[in-house]
Amino acid sequence: MSDFPHTPPRQSWTFSNDVNAEIRRAAATGIYDIRGGGAKRRLPHFDDLLFLGASISRYPLEGYREKCATDVWLGTRHAKKPIHLDIPITIAGMSFGALSGPAKEALGRGATGAGTSTTTGDGGMTEEERGHSKTLVYQYLPSRYGMNPDDLRRADAIEIVVGQGAKPGGGGMLLGQKISDRVAAMRNLPKGIDQRSACRHPDWTGPDDLEIKILELREITDWEKPIYVKVGGARPYYDTALAVKAGADVVVLDGMQGGTAATQDVFIENVGMPILACIPQAVKALQDLGMHREVQLIVSGGIRTGADVAKAMALGADAVSIGTAALIALGDNDPALEAEYQKLGTTAGAYDDWHEGRDPAGITTQDPALYGRFDPILGGRRLRNYLKVMTLEAQTIARACGKNNLHNLEPEDLCALTVEAAAMAGVPIAGTSWIPGKTGY
Amino acid sequence: MQTFDLEAQGLRALNAALHALKGSTNQTAWEVVNARGSHAIAVGVDAPIDLTVHGSTGYYCAGMNKQATIRIKGSAGPGTAENMMSGTVIVDGDASQYAGATGNGGLLVIKGNASSRCGISMKGIDIVVHGNIGHMSAFMAQSGNLVVLGDAGDALGDSLYEARLFVRGSVKSLGADCIEKEMRPEHLALLADLLKRGEADHLAKPEEFRRYGSARKLYNFNIDNASSY
Repeated sequence: MSDFPHTPPRQSWTFSNDVNAEIRRAAATGIYDIRGGGAKRRLPHFDDLLFLGASISRYPLEGYREKCATDVWLGTRHAKKPIHLDIPITIAGMSFGALSGPAKEALGRGATGAGTSTTTGDGGMTEEERGHSKTLVYQYLPSRYGMNPDDLRRADAIEIVVGQGAKPGGGGMLLGQKISDRVAAMRNLPKGIDQRSACRHPDWTGPDDLEIKILELREITDWEKPIYVKVGGARPYYDTALAVKAGADVVVLDGMQGGTAATQDVFIENVGMPILACIPQAVKALQDLGMHREVQLIVSGGIRTGADVAKAMALGADAVSIGTAALIALGDNDPALEAEYQKLGTTAGAYDDWHEGRDPAGITTQDPALYGRFDPILGGRRLRNYLKVMTLEAQTIARACGKNNLHNLEPEDLCALTVEAAAMAGVPIAGTSWIPGKTGY
Repeated sequence: MQTFDLEAQGLRALNAALHALKGSTNQTAWEVVNARGSHAIAVGVDAPIDLTVHGSTGYYCAGMNKQATIRIKGSAGPGTAENMMSGTVIVDGDASQYAGATGNGGLLVIKGNASSRCGISMKGIDIVVHGNIGHMSAFMAQSGNLVVLGDAGDALGDSLYEARLFVRGSVKSLGADCIEKEMRPEHLALLADLLKRGEADHLAKPEEFRRYGSARKLYNFNIDNASSY
């Protein structure tokens, strides 16, 4: 042994242990990593924004005493029957197939209890969901699984899905483990096969066709239903403008933190933009067209708290959607199930193999033994509680900013903690008047 | 006969009148005049009526049809009879792209040619085309029957599931996982019925067709098949 000091072992930043493990996994299996959820990487997000609150020049409203309205109308542009929700937090589209029947029921119960809407997904409309959802948005997807005119008319709104934040430009994926008899029958597919939903609609391409497709859906439903158009966060300015031009009542914009039932990890982590970068672009498109608040904007992708809700609305959104957060409220990734997550080779908080159908919480599974564990009444109550807490949190912030309506929050109420967030959100860095790219620096 | 002048009375009034019809209606005979290539004619109908459209139609004529028999006395634009549930749609002329897309049931008859993506994602509909069909037809077709008296374009039946494809003429190329299959007696009987219902039994015999379907090799992912996609 030499007495000279040794260079300590040094891990590569580029070839980290996580990266190397993925290389070894790919080499061993020959297939890309598939998982559920949204982007896990650190991204500029609502955490990088702060509210300024009231001061000498702006006075606050009294908490618990002075009113702060939370309701929202959606679909007022063309629909005979626009939707009125008590709170601006909706439940995003998640399919029966990806989720169990009891989980869909719980989403309906929770949303209805809190006075908001839930949304079907890529698998058709179930009785569990329609029966327990006062307001149900019916997704119109490229696969058209289970699509039929009766359910279109039973819906309260129609959401044409062009893309989603986890995978703009990608189709759906439900692997064979979850294609039970019931799921197979609803989708008209053989049991047990890998089901891949198309990434493009089968009977229209481009904004001019979309306008005609919207016309058809309006005619089928006698112009009663609001028509939403959902896009992933890719080109939010142009996608919003084109959706408006095509006649949408509502634009739904989903950032890359938005979850999916299953897709390639490389897709989730490398395609699309964080929702913070998307909202101001979409709002600008609406403003440029004179349609802000005329066509409503719903944003999603990483909404977790009332602060996130308030920040999204201050940037100009009319409402938000939650998916992953709703599942967590139902009991997904609960540390109480840690022993079972360990058996699956994961840990509470990191479990994302939703496509394998072995969810110990009984939410992302079609196994009767597993979903039988899940109590939809209790799950619904938990979701309702969570939605109400988020609403109270958003109201608390809005009152502190002197606003008697969540929709009165505005970019002027915000500042940013980082250059990136300031540039994306279009608000100044805290303590300065500097908005990167806007104020001449 | 109920005659509806689309130019004078407008699209919304037409579809609203058709939606108001119930299964017991005695107003079972309808005609639409001055169609002038309008989109979304007679969409979402759910009554056992006979409706004739005089002239060519735009996008999505007879979309999501249930029960009705709709005849287009002209050519049809894209997405004719898309997502049809039941009933019959007959196009006397040619049909543009995506004819019968995602149809769940019923019968679509095209007496001329069909363009690309005919029967895309079909889910139980029967489609009989007297002429030729374009490329990528029956893409991801799940179930139902597509009968083509003429030729098929490139990539027929790409990534299809359990739909049955019958082509009398040439097939320019087959798509991924689509293969020619044995024509058994039950298929000949099925074809005879489809040709009869498709007003084509005087034009072709079942024995003149070849059958195509899924090789089922891509139903579950296998890295060794990745080059097939």
